[in-house]
Parts: sequence; structure tokens; C-alpha cells
Amino acid sequence: MPLTLDDVRRIAHLARIEIAPAEAEQVLTQLNGIFRLIAEMQAVDTSGIEPLSHPLGGNQRLREDAVTEQQAREANMANAPAQEHGLFLVPKVIE
Amino acid sequence: MEIHQRSVAELGRMLASRQISALELAKLYLARLERHRELNAFLDVRAEVTLAQARGADASIAKGESGPLTGIPIAHKDIFVTREFASTAASRILEGYMSPFDSTVVERLAQAGMVTLGKLNCDEFAMGSSNENSAYGRVLNPWDKTAVPGGSSGGSAAAVAARIAPAATATDTGGSIREPAAFSGVTGIKPTYGRASRWGMIAFASSLDQAGIMTRSAEDAALIFNAMLGFDSKDSTSVDRPREDYTRALGIDMKGLRIGVPREFFSAGLNDDVERALREALEACVRLGARLKEISLANARLGIPVYYVIAPAECSSNLSRFDGVRFGHRAKKFSDLAEMIKKSRAEGFGPEPKRRILTGTYVLSHGYYDAYYIKAQQVRRLIADDFQRAFQQCDIIAGPVTTSVAFDAGEKAQDPVAMYLSDLYTIPGSLAGLPGMSVPCGFGARGRPVGLQLMANHFEEAKLLGVAHRYQQATDWHLRAPPGID
Repeated sequence: MPLTLDDVRRIAHLARIEIAPAEAEQVLTQLNGIFRLIAEMQAVDTSGIEPLSHPLGGNQRLREDAVTEQQAREANMANAPAQEHGLFLVPKVIE
Repeated sequence: MEIHQRSVAELGRMLASRQISALELAKLYLARLERHRELNAFLDVRAEVTLAQARGADASIAKGESGPLTGIPIAHKDIFVTREFASTAASRILEGYMSPFDSTVVERLAQAGMVTLGKLNCDEFAMGSSNENSAYGRVLNPWDKTAVPGGSSGGSAAAVAARIAPAATATDTGGSIREPAAFSGVTGIKPTYGRASRWGMIAFASSLDQAGIMTRSAEDAALIFNAMLGFDSKDSTSVDRPREDYTRALGIDMKGLRIGVPREFFSAGLNDDVERALREALEACVRLGARLKEISLANARLGIPVYYVIAPAECSSNLSRFDGVRFGHRAKKFSDLAEMIKKSRAEGFGPEPKRRILTGTYVLSHGYYDAYYIKAQQVRRLIADDFQRAFQQCDIIAGPVTTSVAFDAGEKAQDPVAMYLSDLYTIPGSLAGLPGMSVPCGFGARGRPVGLQLMANHFEEAKLLGVAHRYQQATDWHLRAPPGID
């Protein structure tokens, strides 16, 4: 079932990307093209097949919960669009 | 022979015997880079940084502390973060971003004494097959400037093809090393998933992303892999295996080598000019003693649909970190936090990352996860299993990298699905986490290069490089330079 403009608006909201109304039509057409491509996969019988999440199988390692890095707040915050007293600034979220 | 035509191996010997200094070499390549600026292969060049690194390399050589790569210039795809050059992933959202640390790949190559020439253009967040998705303009193919160089590692391919860099790092998610290597007539290899550290590699699709290298020969790639690959505790998917010498199989011959030829890769869709060059390459291997064996990769055709679920899903998750709060672009006008994030992302991301984030958000959204993401992971296993069956009958797999030679700029730029189909033959190997490479094997329509794809089983990079090296000793396609690139 093809997506609708409402779906596009809902997905864009979930993805936190603003989409202008004029853009939405084109995005809809393109996403439906991509989902037509994907549909080919959905016809395959995969009952009983274990999903492959890591190409080599196996589990991801865990490491000791130990401090490995030096404190480098200034360097790590140097790219912040807005900051003050070592804090990231954002618009007020609590009244 | 001109210095810039010499291989990494030869340059290493010249540096060690003081026939040339690292500083002279760095200056020579920086001058070439400036002369070929029209290719738009580089996004950030800082001569003072490069020259300082070169002086450091010369100091190591003078102290007798040098290795085979000390003083050799290299350029890095702008997906690897670097302290001394901006790291943008070719996106507006990271314009001017200066990383507080070096990615592991960059750090290891620097420790080996390699000198960084700068950062290379690519498709935005490595999403694309033509390098036309860069926010900083397309890269020209040195063989024909009306053609695309391939993508996403288009800057890497163009720089190596134009002899602006003897080697360049690159990354592969669905074919982003092999496809541009084929389109631009250079040697490109992606190792087994987990061999190269992903630490500091700007993430796109974490279960697929893997760093590799572009050079002009398999021998050069093997030398660089020795310094570049290996376990890294900072990457949870890094494979913990002992270090290897990737040059160890460079002396092998092809006698008795069983080359699997997937019949599905030589069916409708493969252009005649590409097929002709490939058949000749396979015949050359037979003359060297290899035996061809027809194999089947029946589920490989499902690679593209599977990939366009898994890669967007993982990208939508990875790219959620770009919110205009801690780093990256922030919109100027907004009324609240939610709008600030939405506008920052809308302004910062180009059309392709947006399409993939939206696709991925949808397939991961409530009620669709099993039908798309889990389903794709199941079919991914079918594709991977086909390769394991095939490797019971053959030692390596050979086939096309692409259906055609490099296409013209603009030809597919407006049609995302047509662009996605470019990676038909490379995606299956990426989904299976296999090492794969593209080796120049001739020319097709309009004198544009053709690549031969070679794939081996997990952890068999040394064998892959050995076979490619044997082929390159018997042929000279990899030595051909683009017209006008003197």
C-alpha cells in the first residue's frame, strides 16, 4: 500500500525534519519509489530464518566500566553552536 | 619515471635511501593537488599541517626510526574525523567542524609516518554512488570530466586516479569503495567487516560501514593495510584477531586457483562493453593457471531491497545525533526547542540523507519493524549463506563491479532509485561482510575504465590481494593514467 501525504508528515515529525508543504509531494513520490523497490524483498519466504544483525554473527563485546579518557570539556564543547559556563544552551523548555 | 607515477612501495624505498625527503614529496603532491583543483576532489587542504607532518617524518628517517610508510603522502575521505583538518562528511550540517580527536584509522596511519595531504570530497554522509550528493559540489572523473567518478568515495578515487595522492582512505557501506575504484580506474579494497576500526568514522549504517583503501596497485594496498587494520577496543564491532602481514601472499601464483563466477552477475543488465573486458580478464587468469567454476548467488538480486531497509534504518538512528545542540548547524530562527531541531536538520541535511532518514524512520516505526527491519535481516542471512555455499566450491569469486562504465554527471541525479541500482553487484558482499576489491581490467564505452570485482571469504584479504597482485603483474591496466594527467 503506497504511503500518503499524511504518512510523510507523520514520518517527518518522528524524524524531526521540517518539510515544507511544497516539498512533501516530491518526497512522497520518491519514498513510494523506494518502497516499490523494497517490496521485492517482502515476497520472500523467511519462516524460521534467524535474522542476521552482525555480518560475522557473534555477540558484541562488553568492556570494563573504567575511565579511559582524560576530561576534555573545553575541546569537546568547542563546536557547540551556543554555550555558557560549560553548558550547552537551548531554548527554554521548562516554564 | 616521474615521482608521482611511482608506487607506495617504490616511494618508501626512495625515502629510506634518502633519494627524496618527505618534505619534497609533500610539496610535490600539494603542487599537483593545486594544479588539479578543478576535479574538486579535496574539501580541506592545509599546507602548513601537511608540511609539518612531513618534517616530522624526515626527522624519524634521520633518527633511523622509520618504517615502510614513513613520509608517504595519503589523503583521507572526509568521513574520518581529524584533529588538524575540518571533518564535514561533505554535509552542510557539519560545515567547519573540528574534531577533538583523530579516528583510529587516521591515527594508525599517522603513527606509521604517513603524511596527510587533506580531506577528500564524497557523497554526503557516504550516501550515494556518483559523488553528486556532496554539499560541496560534484567530483570530476579524471578520465572524462563529463563522467561521475563514482561514489560515495569519489574524491578518493579521483585523487588516486589523477596521481594527486599515492593512496587515499575510503569507506564502504554498499559498494562505496569498489564502485568509484571501478569508475575511476584505480585499485580499491574493503576488508572484512570488523577489520578496520569504525572509531571516528562518521557513522552511516553501523552493521555495514567498513573502512578500506584506494591505491594504484594491490601491493600498495597490502602495505597500507598492515598499518591500518587491526583490533581496536574503542569499536565494539572490531574483530579481536592477531595482527597479520597482508603482504604475505603477494608471491602466490594462480595455479589451481578456483575462481567462482556467479551466473547471476553475467545476466541481463550487464553492458556488453563491461562484459567483454571482464571475460578477457577471466581468460588472463586462466592463462595464469586458474580454473573457472560457475557458481550461483541466487539471492544476490535481493541485496538492493534488503540494503535499502537496513542502511536507512541504521542511518536514521545514527544521524539522530545531529540536532543543532552540541555541534553542527543550528537554524537561526525558531520558536522552541522542537522547532530548532527540526529546522536545523531541514537546513543542514541534503536531499539524500533526508530521504534515507525518512525511509529508515518509517521502517523502524511502531508496527513496521518486523515487516521491514527483521525481514531484511532474515533475507540478509539468505544472501550471506549463498556466499558460504559458493566458497565450498571456489577460492575466490570474480565478477563485475558495475553494470556499466561511469555514467554522465546528471544522468541519474534526479532519480534516486536508478542511482540505488548502481550498487547491484557490490551490495551482496557488503551485506555478507566479505572482503572485496575492484581491480582495473580494461576500458569500455568512451574510453572509460572497467573494474574486475574479486571477493574472498571472511579474513582472506591476504589471498585476495595476492591474486590481484598476480593479475597486475601480468597486465598493465592499473598503470594506465587518464589522458591529460601527466
